[in-house]
Amino acid sequence: MYSLWRTLDRGTLRDIALVCLADAVVGAAFGAIAMSGGLPLWVPVVMSLLVFAGGAQFAAVGVVLSGGAPAAAVAAGLVLNARLLPFGFAIGDVLGGRWRTRLAGAHLTTDESVAFVLRDGDPRRRRAVFWASGLGLFLSWNVAVVLGAMAGRGIGDTAALGLDAAFPAVLLALVLPSLTGTSTENAGHSGHAGKAGDTGKAGDTGKVGDSGKTGDFTNTGNAGNGALRRACVLGAVVAVAATPLLPAGLPVLLALTGVALAARPPADAEVS
Amino acid sequence: MPLVAILALAAGTYAFRLAGPVLRHRLHLPTRLRHLLSVAATVLLIALAATSALTEGQGFAGWARPAGVLVAAILTLRKAPFPLIVVLAAATTAVLRLLGVP
Repeated sequence: MYSLWRTLDRGTLRDIALVCLADAVVGAAFGAIAMSGGLPLWVPVVMSLLVFAGGAQFAAVGVVLSGGAPAAAVAAGLVLNARLLPFGFAIGDVLGGRWRTRLAGAHLTTDESVAFVLRDGDPRRRRAVFWASGLGLFLSWNVAVVLGAMAGRGIGDTAALGLDAAFPAVLLALVLPSLTGTSTENAGHSGHAGKAGDTGKAGDTGKVGDSGKTGDFTNTGNAGNGALRRACVLGAVVAVAATPLLPAGLPVLLALTGVALAARPPADAEVS
Repeated sequence: MPLVAILALAAGTYAFRLAGPVLRHRLHLPTRLRHLLSVAATVLLIALAATSALTEGQGFAGWARPAGVLVAAILTLRKAPFPLIVVLAAATTAVLRLLGVP
């Protein structure tokens, strides 16, 4: 497998390391919060190893610490993690066909590793970046949870460091470039559609007054990106609007209504 | 938190994760559906960024966090290097909180 690591340039490895570092601080906070809430050491540690999904872990421990039933904690965590299902279909190709690889790799699917994979179009680099980010995050997250749990109180306050802004910032930094239609990696991201050429630019009107300034009319991915951008905007608006009304996790899933706006592949892509 | 609850959460989460990589080889997914799934993943990640930037629990997260995330968005569109984006986002939020912005 180590030949995979060499397919990653230093910039990508540096990006992965930074995300690992940011997540490690959050993991340490998770361990500390669980311990200062009175849970035994093994709870945050076993949970981090087996569940390995930060949002769901915080949600489940939060429910328990506020006096909720364990069943409610499980339900809250599962609703939050339901988004991993479409992620698995979208990036499952990086795990190839071998069972061993799939069984191990599936556990490493996280928001961050998916975002890293989506950033890249080349199959070899997609695979490499998935394993590098997945394993890196698994190691740093679990080590940090143990350290945080042992340190106990004191590092509970990640808000003062602004770390709650780091997670959405990481997601935007990884995903936004594929929406602007100017990056080279983007051709690969739109996948088969990009290759199949564009007949779609006529259908891509609507209210795209702003797209004129990009000036790259030759970019075959453009039509698809317009639709993808609108899908993302609608999805984000729906998710934020639904947040006060629905339990955690469901609003993000409702964002999938935005997919309807990009339901058409940019071109007749059945050829690929 | 009983061990059985952790195991149930872990098993369900793993099932969500494994279904895609396994089933996408069994079923032959049409190109159109594969396109949709790739769109869905991007839409979910952006929605996740939006909700985690703007909301905390079921309410507004306050101004400091979205301000930091906005800095990240602007830096991303200006093609700033990744570490700078993440560090400046967190720093903006931290400094605003230090100044008393919620």
